Formats: sequence, C-alpha cells, structure tokens
Amino acid sequence: MGILEVKDVNKHFGGLHALRDVNLSIREGSIHAIIGPNGAGKSTLLNVLVGKLVPDTGSVMFDGQSVLGRKPHEINQMGISRVFQTPEIFGDLTVMENVLIPCFARRDGAFRLHAFETVETEAELIEQAERALVDVNMADKRHHHAASLSRGDKRRLEMAMCLVQKPRLLLLDEPTAGMARANTNRTIDLLRDIHARRDITMVIIEHDMHVVFSLAQRITVLAQGTPLVEDTPENIKGHPKVQEAYLGEAH
Amino acid sequence: MLGLNKRDTRFLLIVIALTMLTPFILQPFPEGSALAQFNAGYPDLMQRIAIFGIFAIGFNILFGLTGYLSFGHAAFLGVGSYAVVWMYKLLDYNVLPGLALAIVTSGLFALAIGYLSLRRSGIYFSILTLAFAQMSFNLAYSVLTPITNGETGLQVYTSDPQILLGENEPNIPHLFGLVMSDSYKLNLGGWVFTFNIGYYFTAVIAILVFYLSLRIFRSPFGLMLRAVKSNQTRLNYTGVNPRPYTLAAFVISGMYAGLAGGLLAAMDPLAGAERMQWTESGAVVIMTILGGAGTLMGPVLGAGFIKYLEKIFSKINENVLDGWFSFLPDPLREVVVWIFSRFTGEGWALTLGLMFMLVVIFLPGGLMEGGERIRNLIRRRKNGSGDDASPGRTPAE
Ligand SMILES: Nc1ncnc2c1ncn2[C@@H]1O[C@H](COP(=O)(O)OP(=O)(O)OP(=O)(O)O)[C@@H](O)[C@H]1O
Ligand SMILES: [Mg+2]
Repeated sequence: MGILEVKDVNKHFGGLHALRDVNLSIREGSIHAIIGPNGAGKSTLLNVLVGKLVPDTGSVMFDGQSVLGRKPHEINQMGISRVFQTPEIFGDLTVMENVLIPCFARRDGAFRLHAFETVETEAELIEQAERALVDVNMADKRHHHAASLSRGDKRRLEMAMCLVQKPRLLLLDEPTAGMARANTNRTIDLLRDIHARRDITMVIIEHDMHVVFSLAQRITVLAQGTPLVEDTPENIKGHPKVQEAYLGEAH
Repeated sequence: MLGLNKRDTRFLLIVIALTMLTPFILQPFPEGSALAQFNAGYPDLMQRIAIFGIFAIGFNILFGLTGYLSFGHAAFLGVGSYAVVWMYKLLDYNVLPGLALAIVTSGLFALAIGYLSLRRSGIYFSILTLAFAQMSFNLAYSVLTPITNGETGLQVYTSDPQILLGENEPNIPHLFGLVMSDSYKLNLGGWVFTFNIGYYFTAVIAILVFYLSLRIFRSPFGLMLRAVKSNQTRLNYTGVNPRPYTLAAFVISGMYAGLAGGLLAAMDPLAGAERMQWTESGAVVIMTILGGAGTLMGPVLGAGFIKYLEKIFSKINENVLDGWFSFLPDPLREVVVWIFSRFTGEGWALTLGLMFMLVVIFLPGGLMEGGERIRNLIRRRKNGSGDDASPGRTPAE
C-alpha cells in the first residue's frame, strides 16, 4: 500500500474525457514523476488530489483516508501541499509574509483568532520562515513585494511556502518552468536534499527531462488521460511506447 | 509599549496628541475674522468627526484588510443607536449600559448578516449586504415599529420606566453625571476654544478603538485578513479556511459601527431608521476610500474631510460668496458667484464627488497616498532617495 492510492478515477469536462481509469500508487518516501504531453491531464490529476476537482468515479486515499469530499484546506491539513503550475502566492504581501502565513497555518490550524498577538514577536516562526527562504536562496529578497518577483522566483517562493509546512506529500506542478538553468539545478539539489533530510514523498510533474531523470525514482507516463506505463527511469528511457507517445514527440 | 514597537508607539502618541488637541487644531482663525467660518472646532462637528472616524476605522478592518466591500454597514449603525435609546428608556440617561448593549447587539446582528452574505464574494457579497441593510431599514419602518417607533423615531418619553433614574440625575445623556453636552469655553486673545465633554468622551473611545485596530493590523489575524484579500486560493491550499477570518472581520467591523451608532445617540438621544439607509452605508465606503483603504489613518482622515465639507462648506451660500467677491465689478461678480455656488453651499456634494473621482483616478491609495507622495518628494529633494514606508501604511500598497 502506498501513501497515496488513486483507484479508477475518471473525470470528464463536458465531452472531454480528461482522466480515464487512472490508477496510481505512490510509495511512501519516494519521488514519483508524472510526465506526458501537453493536455495529457497531469494538472487535472493534481487538482483531484488536492480537492480542487471532484472526480466522476473512483477513489483517492491518502494514508488510508479518503480525500474526496474534503475541502482544500482540510486536505492540506492532512499533510498535502502543492506548488501550482502558475504560481499561487500572496502578491500584495512581502516575501517574508508569504512564508509566514503557512507557518501560522501549520501552528494554528484552519482558524484561530489571534487578533491581540503581534507578528513581529513570533521569533520562532520568523526563524522558520527565514530558514525556508535561505533554503530556496531568496533570503535577500525577504522585503520585496511578491508580485514584483520574476516567474522563477515566484515559483521558488511558492516552494518555500510549501516546504515550511513540512508536508508528508508534496505535489509539484512543473516546479522549474520559467527558471534559469542555474536555479533549475539549485532546485534539483534542494529537492534532493530535502528528500534526504525529511521523510517526504514527492510527486513531480515536469517537462524538463533533466529534472525528471535527476530526481525521480519512479515515473508514470500519462497520455490522453490514461497512464501508459509506470517504471524506473532506466526502463522508461528505453520504452518504445514512451518514445512514441512523449519523448519522441518532444525531442 | 502596550505591545507595540517603537514606531507604532510613536505613531499612537501622535494620534492621541492630535485627538486631544482637536479643539485647537480645528479652530485656527480668530473669532470675527473673515476666515472664522472655516473654523470647525464646534462640539457637534468634532464629535461627529470622531464618531464617523470610529465607523470608518471599523469598516476598514473589513474592507481595507480583506477587500470585502460591504454596502450595508449602516444597518449596524442604526442598531447601535436603537440600543442606546432603549437603555435610556429602560434604565436612565447614563450612556455606558447603552453603548455596551449597542456593541453586543450589533455584533450579533453582524454575525447573522455576515454568516449569510459571506457565502458569496465580490459584487454578490456587496449586493447581499446592501439587501440585508435595506431590509432592516424597511422593517424598522414597518413591522418593527414597536421597537423602533417607526417614522417618529425612537425617543425617551416621561412615561418610560427609567428604573435607575435618580433624584438629581440629569435628564439628558451623561456619563455618571458628566453631561455630554456640557462645554467649557476658553477665550484666548481673539480665539474661542470649546472643550466639550461629549467630544472628549468620544475621543477617548476613538483612541481606544484605534489602538485596537492598530493591534489587529499588526497581528497574525490581520496578516491572514490581508492574505484573504491577496489570494484566497493560496490560502485555501495552505490549510486555512478563509470564511471564519472574514466573518470575524465582519463582526468586528459591525461592532465598531454599532458603537458609532450608539455614540450618535449619546450626542443626541434619538434614533431613527434613516440612519440605516444605504446613503449612510455609501458614506462610510467613500470615507474609507477617500482617506485610503487599508491604511490606519486614512479612514479617520476621510471621515473628517467629509464631515467638514458637509458642515462647513455647505454654509458658504451665495450671500457669503457675494461678500467675498464684492471687489469685483457687478456682472463679473455675479458670474463668479454663480460658478462658485455650484460647488459650495448646497453644492458641497458636487465638490466631494469631484474630489472622490480625482482621488480614485490619480491616488488609488487615497489621501494617505497623496501625503506619502509629497513626503517622498520632499525627502528625495533633501537626500538621495527615500524608501521607508510611513507608519500609517502596511507594507501592502
Ligand atoms: N476546468 C477545466 N474545464 C474544462 N477543461 C479543462 C479544465 N481543466 C483542464 N481542462 C482540459 O483538460 C485537459 C487536460 O488538462 P491539464 O491541464 O490536466 O493538462 P496537463 O497535462 O497539465 O497539460 P500541460 O502540460 O499543458 O500543463 C486539457 O485538454 C484541458 O483543456
Ligand atoms: Mg498542467
């Protein structure tokens, strides 16, 4: 049994069959990549996992509990964090505040009326946030407005926001898109390092094969809403079906 | 001090000083001089500015921080007024029990309206609040007449129980014998300064609730509210449910409005349904935006500005203008007076409308942004460049 078990999930958008009998088992503590051409249904699958979409059929179990029917914030509190394909950050707030919010959320849960405390005096949380910013190499931008960051920086900020929550399952939707090569490599190192340090399971959607083959222990290939194959990176590289459906087309 | 850092403490002290010195500040011109009509240091006006300042400070906690634009806050203002007058009728003219009841009832009322309205966001939320407020307004005129006394308005009659009323107790609103309408006049040279008990009572409350709002702005709760405004999706996927936060903000701002409504009845022991009308709800929106939504001082500034226009500018009628322009030859004078009188006197609302338009177009951050731009300009003139934000502003622009 994996930490995440997706069984017979189907999702239609009108006439479009976006997810077709998806079965997926993610082993606890692994880095699992999902690859596939544009429009394959990768983001849709993540949307189902975090409660943004409800599938037409099937079940999604996280650590033995169903996530279906739960609100996004409840699913997050179960230990699932997500980095979005288009960065979702608090644009009006500073980089530091962006990271502080998940720190508070982790400490206080879905709601606490802490109207008579002061953010400034929460030394422990501020230190946590600071460390997360150092991890993604953004500490020098802590007072910047998040909206003014570059796309790559926004994504790194979002990653810091997710990591500071110490999730058990981290979902990354194209985490290096829009990043310069140096930052891509840094992100690979960061994710590898965090994976080694903490007992964290990661699901990565990525078009950059360099990232995929540097990190993933298992790879699932998704095409037209269906998983074609699931295997180790070595086997995927040489797989004829994959060549045809994805790698052949992309390279 | 008081859980504030150095900068905020200094800021609070400045606010306290300004509030306490308002009877001087608003009375810059000597009595009998040509400019004396621009003086605003009258008890009634000062008290109104403080009361609507409280109203706007509370409104800003909802609108400025979460971005939820309520068009129904006048309902809570009305509830607060009714609560206070009822306490006059049942107990006595001491304002404290009424104000306590005003805060509690408006809070409960806000809880109900907020709970329903916050199921939607954006324009739908605004329309729901407007609908609930108009409903309250209509109910106050019709079915609820036993509580509100309908069109006549709620007031105290000699036949009312007033069970706590003592032998020598004043027959008008007071605080443990300190009569709200009592004033002390100070003649200094040509100037006359009025120190009114009602004003100082309101001012002390205003400072307290300003301090509270300052604490909320700096608190994790305030941070969450700003996060709601910035990106609710992200907040959801960060494990936070925005609903209780927005509801808490709604209730707090409703209680501020109820307190303000109660204070209006402490000034004048009357409560009428017209206080719940949408124009009143619109006024607080305009005050907040004009001054600067999301800033600490902006709403107070906006409230002062509008009340000043309403009371002082509206007094400049054609006769006054005639006097001013008497040096001009006749036909020209008539033209000039005609043009000016469109914007003053009864035309004061036109001036307000124009100002509001200019502010929204050119200074989206309100008068506070204007002030800040001027400050930055001066600082840049002096040395290289200024980057420090003013204490009144949150880091969010
Ligand atoms: N909310 C929606 N409503 C309707 N159609 C949708 C919706 N979300 C996704 N789709 C469609 O479902 C299909 C799968 O989309 P999805 O975003 O999951 O692809 P993807 O694999 O993430 O692609 P990419 O690599 O471009 O991000 C696409 O054809 C898309 O247009
Ligand atoms: Mg996608």
